Amino acid sequence: MIGRLAPVVGPEPGPLLPLRVEGLVVEAAGRRLLDGLSFTLEAHRCTVVLGPNGAGKSLLLRVLHGLVAPDRGRLRRADPDPLRRRLAQAFVFQKPVLLRRSVRGDLAVALAARGVPRRERRARITEALALVGLEGFERRAARTLSGGEQQHLALARAWALRPQLLLLDEPTASLDPAATRRVEAILADLRARGVTIVMSTHDLGQARRLAQDVLFLWGGRLVEAAPASRFFAGPEGREARAFLAGELPD
Amino acid sequence: MSEIGDAAATAFRLLLAADPELLAIVALSLVVSLGATALAALLGLPLGALLAIAGFPGRGLLVLLVDTGMGLPPVVVGLLVYLLLSRAGPLGEFGLLFTPTAMVIAQTVLVTPIVAALARSAVADLLEDYREHLASLGIRTLATVPILLWDARYRLAAACLAGFGRAAAEVGAILIVGGNIRGHTRTMTTAIALETGKGALAQALALRFVLLLVVLAVNLAVPGLARAARRIEG
Repeated sequence: MIGRLAPVVGPEPGPLLPLRVEGLVVEAAGRRLLDGLSFTLEAHRCTVVLGPNGAGKSLLLRVLHGLVAPDRGRLRRADPDPLRRRLAQAFVFQKPVLLRRSVRGDLAVALAARGVPRRERRARITEALALVGLEGFERRAARTLSGGEQQHLALARAWALRPQLLLLDEPTASLDPAATRRVEAILADLRARGVTIVMSTHDLGQARRLAQDVLFLWGGRLVEAAPASRFFAGPEGREARAFLAGELPD
Repeated sequence: MSEIGDAAATAFRLLLAADPELLAIVALSLVVSLGATALAALLGLPLGALLAIAGFPGRGLLVLLVDTGMGLPPVVVGLLVYLLLSRAGPLGEFGLLFTPTAMVIAQTVLVTPIVAALARSAVADLLEDYREHLASLGIRTLATVPILLWDARYRLAAACLAGFGRAAAEVGAILIVGGNIRGHTRTMTTAIALETGKGALAQALALRFVLLLVVLAVNLAVPGLARAARRIEG
């Protein structure tokens, strides 16, 4: 049973990107967790958000997806309609949240929530599972999959929603090297299909492999925003240099 | 000791002979307890889900009341329902006192808080797990209700079974509002209390065996549900 969801049906989303972030501030208990972030996300790029623990990476991704409302600042998208904007994005968490249902049931809930007609769901599910190498898993209980398979399923679910912008919060943090490589291959595939990707990671090798642009956060501030090639060749700031060298300044 | 042995033998003879009075007592017990459980599920499952999902003024107080209601002494509930239904009470005109309906009402009052409290905790645990994901899909709070209720189905069923177990084993409330009238409102538990009091151990034992079987069936069903849940939930 999928349940009758309040349909979030809208017309096909217009262009979401470029997405301009202006003066983003998030505060909690008098502390600035995100402190005046401004940058632009261009279409069809893969942007990696780097920074030490507590820099605000996960929070930034959540603000970009509308899960956390900023205290100040704004997100300017190409399409001003908030409903269509939401339809054009998907989010993948570090620890995949899977429903207590079959693989197919889990994907069907997501598709139903986005107003995908019932007759279209099956084809989308089959196609999305094939993309991540989970063909034939439709009837398996989603939560009995291995950790790697669960994250691949979360990626399939995100792709089934046909997002223009895919946000991923440390998607490989708890995966073994093989499952991590698989996730990276899927992400490369999605980028080739025109999906714009923004992800956070602690894995610098992964950042080098995937990133076209880098946002480097430090204590809630955006201290460096640069093309990946320039960032890894020699970042401008002291903090970023120390971070790449594995030394974290206080 | 031999008295108990004799009583047990008589009990088995009564059971094997399908003694009509015994069967009527067993049937009424099941009808009353199942009826009360069904009503408690109708009231308690949505109430529990509401308490888990929605934020509204007075929610904390309601949670406290429901949690307290889990430990209501049956005789207190029996007395309250008795006062409501007695001729001078606000619902006296319906003439429900000393009928099976009165017993269902009393047990529903006893069981609803149990079902509601267990349902609240089941749905709240699930919501904790699902909240960000459902929000990331843009699903609004009210629309999460069917998803949460379906995904919590095994724990909700277990909540109803716990409620049924309480109802089937309860004696104080139905004794007060039902009156333990032979052939009319006599159930297994009230009959056991009566027969034991009279020293008619055989009848009491026979009923106790049936009651134990019912409780055993419930206790077998709960781990069965848990196994089914693990298969789906991982």
